Amino acid sequence: MEKSDEKNEFEKRQKVKKAERSKIAQENLLLLADSLYNQFQQGIVPHISLPSRTKANIEYSTKEDVWVYGDQETTRSVKTVRGAKTLLKTVHLAELLINEHLKNNRGSTLREIYYISENWDIAKFHEQAESDRLIEDLEIVTALHREDFHVRPEEDGAAVFGPLRLKEQTRRGDKEMHCQEDVGEAGYQIPFNVDNIEFLSHDAKMVMAIETGGMYARLIENGFDEEYNAILVHIKGQPARSTRRIIKRLNAELNLPVVVFTDGDPWSYRIFASIAYGAIKSAHLSEHLVTPGARFLGVQPSDIVDYNLSTDKLTDKDMQALRSELTDPRFNTPYWEKQIRLQLDLKKKAEQQAFAGKGLDYVTKTYLPERLTEMGII
Amino acid sequence: MEIAEELAKQQKAISVAEFFEKNRQILGFDSAPRALITCVKEAVDNSLDACEDAGILPDIFVQIKKSGEYYQVIVEDNGPGIVQEEIPRVFAKLLYGSRFHTLRQSRGQQGIGISAAVLYSQLTSGRPTKVISKIAANRPARYCELLINTAKNEPEILKSEDMDWERPRGTRVELEMEGTYVRGRRQSVYGSLKSTAIVNPHARLTLVEPEGNVEVFERVTESLPKKAYAISPHPEGIELGELIKLLRYTDKKKLRVFLKETFSSIGAISAQELCSRAGLDPEEAPASLDHDAAARLHCAFKQIKVKSPPVDCLSPIGEELIKAGLEKEYRLDYIATTVRPVSVYSGNPFLVEVGLGYGGELEKESRVELLRFANRVPLVYQQGACAITHAVESVSWKNYSLGQPTGSGVPVGPVVLLVHIASTNIPFTSESKDAVADMPEILAEIDLGLKEVARKLRRYLGRQSILTERREKEEIIRKILPRIAQKLSDVLEKDLPDIGPVVAKIMGNLLVFRKVERNNGLLSVKILIENHSEVLRSFKLHEVLAASAESVSPAAKVVSLGEGYDYHWKLAIAPGQAATLSYSITAEGVALKEPVIEGLDAEIVTGARVI
Repeated sequence: MEKSDEKNEFEKRQKVKKAERSKIAQENLLLLADSLYNQFQQGIVPHISLPSRTKANIEYSTKEDVWVYGDQETTRSVKTVRGAKTLLKTVHLAELLINEHLKNNRGSTLREIYYISENWDIAKFHEQAESDRLIEDLEIVTALHREDFHVRPEEDGAAVFGPLRLKEQTRRGDKEMHCQEDVGEAGYQIPFNVDNIEFLSHDAKMVMAIETGGMYARLIENGFDEEYNAILVHIKGQPARSTRRIIKRLNAELNLPVVVFTDGDPWSYRIFASIAYGAIKSAHLSEHLVTPGARFLGVQPSDIVDYNLSTDKLTDKDMQALRSELTDPRFNTPYWEKQIRLQLDLKKKAEQQAFAGKGLDYVTKTYLPERLTEMGII
Repeated sequence: MEIAEELAKQQKAISVAEFFEKNRQILGFDSAPRALITCVKEAVDNSLDACEDAGILPDIFVQIKKSGEYYQVIVEDNGPGIVQEEIPRVFAKLLYGSRFHTLRQSRGQQGIGISAAVLYSQLTSGRPTKVISKIAANRPARYCELLINTAKNEPEILKSEDMDWERPRGTRVELEMEGTYVRGRRQSVYGSLKSTAIVNPHARLTLVEPEGNVEVFERVTESLPKKAYAISPHPEGIELGELIKLLRYTDKKKLRVFLKETFSSIGAISAQELCSRAGLDPEEAPASLDHDAAARLHCAFKQIKVKSPPVDCLSPIGEELIKAGLEKEYRLDYIATTVRPVSVYSGNPFLVEVGLGYGGELEKESRVELLRFANRVPLVYQQGACAITHAVESVSWKNYSLGQPTGSGVPVGPVVLLVHIASTNIPFTSESKDAVADMPEILAEIDLGLKEVARKLRRYLGRQSILTERREKEEIIRKILPRIAQKLSDVLEKDLPDIGPVVAKIMGNLLVFRKVERNNGLLSVKILIENHSEVLRSFKLHEVLAASAESVSPAAKVVSLGEGYDYHWKLAIAPGQAATLSYSITAEGVALKEPVIEGLDAEIVTGARVI
């Protein structure tokens, strides 16, 4: 009896929340259309101003401890054919989101939106990157998230494995599960809209985000999650928004420390940066997606020396990426400065799987316990 | 016997035919595809030269046939024909010709080309060359089968007889040879004839390919090129040895007369000046000059300023026909041409002509197509070794709106470049006439010509970009803005917004905007006029009203019409400024018509009718 009440309460809350957000989304989109309409009426050449989304225009927000866009702006105006077409596309897109998505409670994927534009004549998108970027623009001008417009990504979200019980609201009713007992070996697949999840209970002491599927499976096989009460998150390369969001929520709501375990190369440091500091492309969402407390576990360039790992040579592109990180404001800390310079000296990189060279248990019995102790987590 | 005497027995003269038999690459017969191209080119060059000399519009028929493992090349023209005694030597003796000893622009120079083709044909197929020639309609044609006796460099006549031929006059040559027929690139029979057609717009060329496909390069002009006349050598750049030779063999008795008669552009005064500068007696016999005296005279040649050689020894294509030739074979948006004045290298007059075609169907991202010509003959091989290429490479094309990725080299862009050098003696790098040697005077002239057309191109592209901008704006106005407005009104469920003011701003127009308010049976009207252009606009604005207006501000002139009044204001509005007119009028039975503007073009006014 009590339980069912609780369930109804949750459902009701979620529904209200959803309806409310839909309403806000619709209002904000209409506000955008209205401002363009008024510009016409007042004889002002219609335009939209947006922050410019470049490395040079991100700055540290001390309020939230994340990186957000600075003051530099770009203007889309109908003065040029390009600008005029972009605004026409924006208006088409706003109409689609208001009339098809929000009014009818339907949704599309980013790819579907690209295809829907097929019959928009001159307003048709030339490639998906163009429609993706416009959706991001709309997020920025309306201060909302694409989920609020019922737009979802194609990419899979992360998989989670660990001592956590949660409830997910799905189109086919609420599902409750435990992320060790009720799931297969691959773990629990998180939905694209992480805010449909409610955390119920947990025995975890930390969250570990893992870059590669191989290492994720190794840790599960070795029972690392049980031994150390860790929630393992498989981030599958460059993390999707939903992946970053669930890490953020696990950190903020359950008050768990987050460590990130990736390969030891410049591209993996960028994965860490997008979790801990924010991504340049989606800095407008930093407050929603970024986990400022996340810490880099490894593989560190210094581990290559300390653990004598087998390595590959850095390619020219790797070297370039490392040098570019030295000028990236997000990596401007003594720790990263030291590690990146060390790696440039070594000219070597190492994969997570390199630990397998020392035995299959080495990573869970030796490396991780040592590193986690060093970091003061266990 | 001494060794030297032993060796002396083996010494013997080599016939030129034997020499070329062993060194066929010198004449352009070094590969199977090239042999066919060279053979066609030599025969066609001869036909064109002959027709032009005789004042006939050339009509040349070329056919390539497969015959067993060999190819048969047939070239037939409507030229003046060759008299029967000459036929064997013209076709079957090397270094026999009419042009070597004259200073005049022609395609052929040494008398090697066609006989080299005959030689190549007999070497590879073992068959004789068949020639038919007819010199007048009422005379029979002559048919010959010829081989070259390579040891003696003399023709061997296998057959020579009269025959009937349907043509009134002309020459037909038929050669059989080893070869490979290629298509689809510039280094092909087709490509070479296409290039020939571009610089010989007065010729009709017909090609029948081995598969039976017929290509006709139609003539675009009925007028023959200006005939080039033979001239005397020009003193500029003449070499000392050449001067000594001329002095020794002249039949003139006096140095003064020798100078005047032997050289072009030297008159009595220049002759006098040359003699005094060289410290020589003008009345002295030329043959008596020793080496030292000749050297002083040679020195004097360099000191005095002689006028340029006469133009009539050269026959340029001309700007108009270069344009017609390019238009005929390419689809282009723009053509620039130039003809440089006559200039001299080593005593030889020459001139450079350049044509540049832009846009159309040319590739935007690939290297510029370079068409090289010397005396109206296309040069298809050894592009990299040619002075024309070198001159093109050293121009800084980025200054002329073309890409040049490495800062030098052949530029990139939708361009075809045509360079023609006309000279009494083209300095080729080899006998196969593939590339022009890097003479500094020639390089300098090509450079000037290229820069002239490049400047014209830059000007054209500058104009184009202004037009493009205007077109872009029109696209915004006509297609995009109305649709944005429509969508916005759909989404917001409001009336269509007035896009007029925005249109005026984007186009830099004069915007007329009328606001009407109704109160107490009166319409109070305000007309706002904004000048969004960058110049002062002066005009008259008319309001045709059914009743008389009150509180008109500023005061307007009123003309009474039969059924109403024409109120008009004379206005001048500075760039970026605005003016306001106002009046009120009774609302009874008054329907306002669109305001009228007088004195401006319709396309720069928005929101009013223009008269």
